[in-house]
Amino acid sequence: MQLKAEHELHGRRRSRNVGLGVVLIGFVALVFALTVVKVQQGHMLEAFDHQPRVSLLPAEEPAEPAPNPSQEAAE
Amino acid sequence: MTDINACQTAPEAEFNDYVALLKPRVMSLVVFTAFVGLWIAPVDVHPFLAFCAVLFIALGGGASGALNMWYDSDIDAVMRRTQSRPIPSGRIQRGEALAVGLALSGLSVMMLGLVANWFAALFLAFTIFFYAVVYTIWLKRWTPQNIVIGGAAGAFPPMIGWACATGGVSIESLLMFALIFFWTPPHFWALALFMRDDYKDAGVPMLTVTHGREVTRRHIFAYTLVLAPFSLWLGFTSVGGPLYLAVAVVLNAAFIRGGWQILKRSEEAARGDDFATEKRVFKLSLTYLFLHFLALLGQNWLGAW
Repeated sequence: MQLKAEHELHGRRRSRNVGLGVVLIGFVALVFALTVVKVQQGHMLEAFDHQPRVSLLPAEEPAEPAPNPSQEAAE
Repeated sequence: MTDINACQTAPEAEFNDYVALLKPRVMSLVVFTAFVGLWIAPVDVHPFLAFCAVLFIALGGGASGALNMWYDSDIDAVMRRTQSRPIPSGRIQRGEALAVGLALSGLSVMMLGLVANWFAALFLAFTIFFYAVVYTIWLKRWTPQNIVIGGAAGAFPPMIGWACATGGVSIESLLMFALIFFWTPPHFWALALFMRDDYKDAGVPMLTVTHGREVTRRHIFAYTLVLAPFSLWLGFTSVGGPLYLAVAVVLNAAFIRGGWQILKRSEEAARGDDFATEKRVFKLSLTYLFLHFLALLGQNWLGAW
């Protein structure tokens, strides 16, 4: 009798292992792509962490430059 | 000559058995309706985020399917239609199905929260809870109205899709809910009419078993009448339009006609032609829902009102 190393059971196990591997790799790729999309959308990336930071303030229009007192005096 | 048969106890599961645990056919309905809900919402979503959102809504639906198979494995073992499912056939242990269901529930809710927003994620969590606990554990074995209320679980996906885009609920998403909600009872009761003895053997209080088949026929017709106004109302909201309305009018006329034919049939006539009308209306109900959502997509493409 030929000794058969490959049992039908091994095929089932392989299908489970390969399937799980594909799912996990797919999940990693998905999270990475998700990260890229989220970063490109450019929403707030930092959260408040107990002290105010400039980077958390809402973006504002740059204020008009203050009038130069020396120029005013000259006029 | 002796063979070694040490491995011949229980058949071991392969990957497809775990996929079957997630009820892929139910998932396809969830994918489609959730996608339509998300796509026709008035807020644009990045296509990849939309893909991810629908994927995790579907995964949540699959997780609740696994929890359903975990709890209902005793019923599934009795009914012909479900005997070959992974648990009754012995390929997957009950505890394993519970673990898969709980793990995927947590994962899908968390990922949907990260992909879309936490309102949609909570909505998904509620849907899983509703299907697995309210329907499967509480209602299914207790009341013949089980599928009426359980139908709500299947009606949530387009609302979740809509919530992914808009972050809230509105009349359009509520009407999409109503469309599936009132569609479910005639759909399942038509199935119950021609799957005759299965539910009886399993001890599930289907309307056909508890109140008789005549009452079930009346209920089917009544629900097709209740369903029609919600379907048409959706046509007058911001997602509706002439195309959708035309499709809805035709489909509702056909469905009400089907309900009427079921109502007017005697048991003898039905048995005589092996439930041909009931089977036809069951198929029609599948087309009805699919074409409604397809019409919503088409209307969105053409431009709604």
